[in-house]
Amino acid sequence: MTTKTYDAGVKDYRQTYWDPSYTPKDTDLLACFKITPQEGVPREEAAAAVAAESSTGTWTTVWTDLLTDLEYYKGRAYRVEDVPGDDTCFYAFVAYPIDLFEEGSIVNVLTSLVGNVFGFKAIRALRLEDIRFPLHYVLTCGGPPNGMVVERDKMNKYGRPMLGCTIKPKLGLSAKNYGRAVYECLRGGLDFTKDDENVNSQPFMRWRQRFEFVAEAVKKAQAETGERKGHYLNVTAPNVEEMYKRAEFAKELDMPIIMHDFLTAGFTANTSLANWCRDNGMLLHIHRAMHAVIDRNRHHGIHFRVLAKCLRLSGGDHLHSGTVVGKLEGDREATLGWIDIMRESFIPENRGRGIFFDQDFGHMPGIFPVASGGIHVWHMPALVSIFGDDAVLQFGGGTLGHPWGNAAGAAANRVAVEACVKARNEGRNLEKEARDILTEAAKHSPELGAAMETWKEIRFEYDVVDKLDAAVG
Amino acid sequence: MEMTVRDYDSRMKDKASKKYGTFSYLPPMDAAGIRRQVDYMIQQGWNCAIEHVEADRAGDDYWYMWKLPLFGERDVDAIMNELTSCREANPANLIRIVGYDNRRQTQGQSMVVYHGA
Repeated sequence: MTTKTYDAGVKDYRQTYWDPSYTPKDTDLLACFKITPQEGVPREEAAAAVAAESSTGTWTTVWTDLLTDLEYYKGRAYRVEDVPGDDTCFYAFVAYPIDLFEEGSIVNVLTSLVGNVFGFKAIRALRLEDIRFPLHYVLTCGGPPNGMVVERDKMNKYGRPMLGCTIKPKLGLSAKNYGRAVYECLRGGLDFTKDDENVNSQPFMRWRQRFEFVAEAVKKAQAETGERKGHYLNVTAPNVEEMYKRAEFAKELDMPIIMHDFLTAGFTANTSLANWCRDNGMLLHIHRAMHAVIDRNRHHGIHFRVLAKCLRLSGGDHLHSGTVVGKLEGDREATLGWIDIMRESFIPENRGRGIFFDQDFGHMPGIFPVASGGIHVWHMPALVSIFGDDAVLQFGGGTLGHPWGNAAGAAANRVAVEACVKARNEGRNLEKEARDILTEAAKHSPELGAAMETWKEIRFEYDVVDKLDAAVG
Repeated sequence: MEMTVRDYDSRMKDKASKKYGTFSYLPPMDAAGIRRQVDYMIQQGWNCAIEHVEADRAGDDYWYMWKLPLFGERDVDAIMNELTSCREANPANLIRIVGYDNRRQTQGQSMVVYHGA
């Protein structure tokens, strides 16, 4: 047994934190960073610096290092790899022992992994591409309050994607007029309507009045159609006391679902709200405002697949995923990667979809991806093909913008989704036969016909900014 | 395309305005259409079950089971014959076919195929 002596001063990080011979343990938390180093900094040194600054290290040796077993507690950079098609940066893989993190605390994990290290001078830019949470850690987290299977049973929706709509205009409606828009959508055949993320409790529509009018709209549409309905009542609030107050009132009104913005409100609030939902039998829809600030830059920030993993662990029953086909950013293969992260029990490493590690969620329930943003009936065949049945497809403008109003817009979407599911089940190719399938369905639905006519020219064909890393050519 | 604004004629007390889940916004399926959906459920490895209920109880979670779910039955004809028997015995009731997915502990499908006399 060698003993260590105190040797003050600054050492290269790689002497301590670079260990290419290390074999990660099953219990380790693993991270893949994309590092763009400052000029002249060797890869191993930059990788070791990231491992050090996100775990036990600081810039100089301190005598108290010798009071603990840093060999045990330190994070280790154990591999570096080229980034395909980009020689300004490289991937670094870091392993952290599980006891660096408080149980069930996404907050603690992120405070370490994406804390001070992101401002570190030796690197020009840094992106957290993926995290492998060991199953041991997963099982310390509460996870989704209900999950997909329970939600289907509670809402009595089987064999098809569910349909939603965000009420517009985003801001400015009175509570009573807002409830009218909700009622029209739900009676027309949607399963859910949604508060816009920035609808909280503004002067033009305080939350309590909104909740009351929306509750009447939901109940009337249920009685009229015989189907179960919900409206995501946004309980995102300036403080957690207010958040709970709103959640309690939604429960008092017998509403099935509430919503929350997990990034602007923060993981502490989100995890607490998920716990409240689990205790109170409430479904929880999660919006992701601010995500693009964090995840869109290819060289700096946190990839959305990491945010999605963190949310599944923190708790939520729905999470916005992007649509691939609509107005918002989203590469198809990358999107398929993170919708697997939301829904599946085990997700194997798949570089073609940007998945760097096997991820085992064990028995933790899956959450519904929510496809929302600039989609309309013409997108329906592609959406059913991409997402399958386990998703919520949300048409805001694509419902409310129908020339005959919300109910007709809702019916058009419902007819379209059912026609696509029926055709898929009959073995037809949705993406190749899209036009025929919709045209046949419109023969029995003038609402669908009018929707197809209204949106026949709309295209959102811009290249994505955050592409998967791939060699060019 | 006729684009004059039309009324959406759903009414609280109109039986035709009541909807019953997946495919209830499409025209009723004929026997051949139902067969194709049953065949899909079998291909998915689901167990078909037939359930029925009085129209005014259609919102309940639990309908009457027609016998037991047809565990392991992969013959579309056998399932269609049970559907016919159930309908003859309960002509006034709604009837649905459920595809139980035992692996995922959910219903892969639940579709109402008859709306009662």
